[in-house]
Amino acid sequence: MKQTIIAASLVLATVAGSALAADQFIPIPSYRVGPYASGGAKFYGGMIDYLNYVNLKEGGVGGVKLTYEECETEYKNDRGVECYERLKAKNGGASAFNFMSTGITYAVMDRADKDKIPLMTMGFGRADAQDGRAFKYTFPLITSYWSQATAKIQFIGQRLGGMDKLRGKKIVNLYHGSAYGKETIPVLDAMAKKHGFELKHIEVPAPGTEQQSQWLDIRRERPDFVVLRSWGVMTPAALKSAQKVGYPREQIVSNWWGGSEEDAIAAGEAAKGYIAGSFALDGKQFPVIQDIEKVVYGAGKGNLSDKGYMGTVNYNRGVVSGILMVEAIRAAQKKYGAKTLSGDQIRWGMENINIDAKRQQALGVTDMFPQVRTSCQNHEGSGYTRFMQWDGKDWKPVSGWIKADTSVTLPLIKASVEKYVQEKGITLRDCNAEK
Amino acid sequence: MEWQFFLEVLVGGLLAGVMYSLVALGFVLIYKASGVFNFAQGAMVLFAALSFVSIQAMGVPFWLALLLTLVLMVALGVGIERVVLRPLVNQPPITLFMATIGLSFFLEGLAQMVWGTDVHGLELGIADEPFDVAGVFISKFDLFAAAVCGTLVATLALFFSKTKLGRALRAVADDHQAAMSVGIPLKHIWAIVWGVAGFVALVAGLLWGSRLGVQFALTLVVLKALPVLILGGFTSVPGAIVGGLIIGAGEKLAEVYLGPFLSGGIENWFPYMLALLFLLVRPEGLFGEKHIERV
Repeated sequence: MKQTIIAASLVLATVAGSALAADQFIPIPSYRVGPYASGGAKFYGGMIDYLNYVNLKEGGVGGVKLTYEECETEYKNDRGVECYERLKAKNGGASAFNFMSTGITYAVMDRADKDKIPLMTMGFGRADAQDGRAFKYTFPLITSYWSQATAKIQFIGQRLGGMDKLRGKKIVNLYHGSAYGKETIPVLDAMAKKHGFELKHIEVPAPGTEQQSQWLDIRRERPDFVVLRSWGVMTPAALKSAQKVGYPREQIVSNWWGGSEEDAIAAGEAAKGYIAGSFALDGKQFPVIQDIEKVVYGAGKGNLSDKGYMGTVNYNRGVVSGILMVEAIRAAQKKYGAKTLSGDQIRWGMENINIDAKRQQALGVTDMFPQVRTSCQNHEGSGYTRFMQWDGKDWKPVSGWIKADTSVTLPLIKASVEKYVQEKGITLRDCNAEK
Repeated sequence: MEWQFFLEVLVGGLLAGVMYSLVALGFVLIYKASGVFNFAQGAMVLFAALSFVSIQAMGVPFWLALLLTLVLMVALGVGIERVVLRPLVNQPPITLFMATIGLSFFLEGLAQMVWGTDVHGLELGIADEPFDVAGVFISKFDLFAAAVCGTLVATLALFFSKTKLGRALRAVADDHQAAMSVGIPLKHIWAIVWGVAGFVALVAGLLWGSRLGVQFALTLVVLKALPVLILGGFTSVPGAIVGGLIIGAGEKLAEVYLGPFLSGGIENWFPYMLALLFLLVRPEGLFGEKHIERV
């Protein structure tokens, strides 16, 4: 009898084990409460909706079901690290993390390297992590901060009628008083040197609720454009202050952290005409969003509390995050087989994402985000940014996809990587040998 | 013209200081009557503004939404006194302070749970646009905020000096036990003060919400009120106003004229330094009560 029970237990354990083996676990370190909950709920809602969509539509990736578990970070570094530790080994091991937070990402980078788990830092940083030879497990997919900064200046050049028109012009870089805010100063300095415009950096002490003196200074300087490097409440406070001193919002260009509905709505009328960069367009016109609505919400499995948020900027960014995660799993499965894969195997997949025009069409995302092709060395895979303008109700694209000026970014990346390698005492990967 | 620019910075700073005073007032009211430093004042500002815009989003007209929010905030203030503070009567001040820290987290969570996490725009019908006075740009909205703040302070000053209830409040503020010994009901007084603080939080929430959007970051505006309190004294309503004006003007002038020599972005720490320097001369703040203890 005792032997029978043990045998039955072993069979059950094997069945349970094989059930787990058929799943691919994706940790969701979300922030649905706290200061950034409004954007976080939509972003992670979009990401979860896409994972459910793949499960419902295709039965998972290659027959491997996608599972996920949320952990609330509140956008705080300590909680982010706690979520990382709690989820990294769960359910067969984490595929990859996307914290949507520069601070948390920096806090867990060394741990992720040690644990061999990739970090998706789509749209943010650190910017030099696009060099996969030094940053094996960090992926600033689509566009890093530095790429966006060069795209901003190119966009301004387009508005002026050509890059040569930048010479002699004056641009103010109004930045958040934090490591995040200061990250693009060297790249903007290099762009100013290259194109011959005058650049003035003005810091806004974090969190940026009060900007009266900075904007009076801007009014005195009379710049042709203000490039805004803001986050959270700094964006509406900047737009309101610009209105207060009579500075035209059409001449303010932000990066994507300042380019969601939340940022514009908070500023009310003052946001009208304001421009922001983006790596993913908003709207429900994309077939993938429409299909998610039909398949996921049709089955009553939607993650959003209000379906009306579908198609918002942050929701669509979340869907893009889900797509990149799934495409990495697909790529990894081609090499390692359709089974539960380790973080390191997903890292290989993330280095072999290829979303070309044909694949974009198949995914129903044509023009929603730029084509992405990553490699061992290129963890960004794109470098394109598009600019949108707030018309008082919606964001409207006002440019095509603008490629980063790699003649400026690559030397800076090279210098930064050399410094990093020296500090950490590591050697660069030989990507040719790994092929 | 440089003098015009100087005037602009100065006037802008003074008007910004009025906005800081508005938040500081909520602290002063409660500290004056109960000796409690209410850490939850920022959360109350968020709760008030979020309640107002959410009620308005239901299709309720502006004035009715304002009235309903006022009722809600007064009820909240009274409820806080009844549930959180009354059981802690006669406990050391640090215990009451810790209770308000807990209350702050509770209110932040409650506001988001009840009204959601969305960011809302708030228009009070006063455009935040400048008008030109002899080449100096002055914000209409800032002037409106200053007028509201002035009215509020005048009303509170009249309330404290001319009404029976106000005099009772001052008696409680002077000496709890002496006030109780002459029949002033301490618990009722506290409830009223918390209710008034709820009202002040609503006014601050509407004005700051109109400027920043109604979002979680409204809780951070208290950071601007703290140096005002240090400078003006924790127990003085006029102190909150004068402190606000000095801090507002001081930080703006410092940012513009000293900032470039200190690599900029000094607006966060400069007011605290100014307030601390002031404390070296007047430890009780500008208008704070001087405590003399005989041993």
